[in-house]
Amino acid sequence: MGQAESLLAGGLAEIREGLDRGDATSSEIVEASLARIEKTAALTVVVSTRAESALAEAESASKRIAAGQALSPLDGIPVLLKDNIVHAGEPATCSSRILENFVSPYDSTVVERLQAAGAILVGRANMDEFAMGSSTENSIHGPSHNPWKLDHACGGSSGGSAGAVAAGLVPIALGSDTGGSIRQPASFCGVVGVKPTYGRVSRWGLVAFASSLDQIGPLGRRVSDCAAALQVIGGHDPRDSTSVPEPLPSLVNALTGNVEGLTIGLPEEYFVEEGVDPAVLARVREAIAELEAAGAKTVPVSLPNSPNTIATYYVIATAEASSNLARFDGVRYGRRADKVKDLEDLYMRSRSEGFGAEVKRRILLGTYVLSAGYYDAYYGQAQRVRTLIRRDFEHAFETCDVIATPTMPETAFALGAKADDPLSMYLSDIYTVSANLAGLPALSMPCGLADGMPVGLQLIGKSLDEATILRVGDALERRTDHHAARPPEIA
Amino acid sequence: MSGIAPKDVAHAAGLARLALSDEEQLAMAKDLEGILGHVESLNAVDTEGVPPTLHGFELSTPLRPDIPVEPMDPALAVLNAPASQGTAFLVPKVLEEED
Repeated sequence: MGQAESLLAGGLAEIREGLDRGDATSSEIVEASLARIEKTAALTVVVSTRAESALAEAESASKRIAAGQALSPLDGIPVLLKDNIVHAGEPATCSSRILENFVSPYDSTVVERLQAAGAILVGRANMDEFAMGSSTENSIHGPSHNPWKLDHACGGSSGGSAGAVAAGLVPIALGSDTGGSIRQPASFCGVVGVKPTYGRVSRWGLVAFASSLDQIGPLGRRVSDCAAALQVIGGHDPRDSTSVPEPLPSLVNALTGNVEGLTIGLPEEYFVEEGVDPAVLARVREAIAELEAAGAKTVPVSLPNSPNTIATYYVIATAEASSNLARFDGVRYGRRADKVKDLEDLYMRSRSEGFGAEVKRRILLGTYVLSAGYYDAYYGQAQRVRTLIRRDFEHAFETCDVIATPTMPETAFALGAKADDPLSMYLSDIYTVSANLAGLPALSMPCGLADGMPVGLQLIGKSLDEATILRVGDALERRTDHHAARPPEIA
Repeated sequence: MSGIAPKDVAHAAGLARLALSDEEQLAMAKDLEGILGHVESLNAVDTEGVPPTLHGFELSTPLRPDIPVEPMDPALAVLNAPASQGTAFLVPKVLEEED
């Protein structure tokens, strides 16, 4: 293995050190990343690359770094975007037939910020169509394969981003999280994934799924890698009217390694044997014991509305999706059906031919719950229960600083295992959706293996307090080596 | 309210401008029935006097100074259009021509 390849096999911190020491150039790292993407094409985690532009940009980065003028911790670092985050002149298929030939005319805010920081955008990652799914199987590009076990799912919907980081293709990838779509694949692929507070990262240029829940965030090998990436992409953006005005504090300074005196809340509803793989619960308990050994305290907390979160989520998310996806009408962009009779026929056939089954299912559900006679009983009630779920967290955070749970009740499932049972797929989001409904920051990080497959620990923080969940995650990482585990099936 | 008939699915599909085959309609009705059956549990939650949460973060509508900014170049905006003429999107005729 060459120097660039061995640096790439590490994480952001190793590559940064290597670049700054002059052991390898950004050009060599980006070349190694592109070569590895090509070599592992069968994983179907990357759906397009921009090799020529990336290599040209890496050349400039190499010169800056050699001159000691690196722009940021991400300067010269290869980064992958989920295929629903737009980048001028590049595709953004959202894994949908309807956007198969779309080329973005503009940059998302996160792309502008990554490029201003010198990051090299090497390509785009597979996802479930319009981010609707938990497996990255609903994709025109084909299913993504989990690097830990190739016939297993990466999770989703940011499965390509998680799989790419796990397979060592890039040290950082961006994903989006509406009900767990960053944390769940991070858990299944044994990497770190952070969903920031709602409004912390601009949604300008993120293809909308459920606008009151969607949030962009980073995936990486380590908590500190994700902190560095969030520092670059986060902060107020006037182009997103839901962007929070509060400035983003220094996240790197928050990583002190010290959790003494910090209180971790353990929701009693989530630490029950029922409905969760016992080996998953065991790994999560071991991680919490490790944090206790580091000086953190634990207290039981209660989130009494936990049983209502999935139902609330699927009403609100599908209602918003049915409205957001109305824009795909075959007129201004996207696929248009051939030989249409009239405008109505154009809408009907372009949409019916362009959307996959899961997207149609959710549009129908959302349309149904918003339709006359059902609106208040479904959508209105879900919004009121959402308030109760938010209050549960406010109450719990009166006695603790962070809340710890498993990210998922299980490890990665086999490809196809849940394809015919949408409700069972939805129900496995039980631990993740509440952070989206309450708008809170949350991360998933590896906490060991169960039967050879990664298990994720979820840490949920107070509103705008990414710093504390990152501090706790980083402290755990310093005391363990779960982040160093590598998928055995990928050389 | 539980139970969703294929005709309800057909109605929602019409509203959503989705054309479904008879088989698709039946399959969707079955899936939606299962999901709505789970959603029914929300009706048992007491929400008397509870205000709705509309967004992930409480913010008032932000205002910016009333200064014009450059919009997207219209030529760029139509680049992805399946059919366009100049800087306009082309659609099939909506009104019949008069004799």
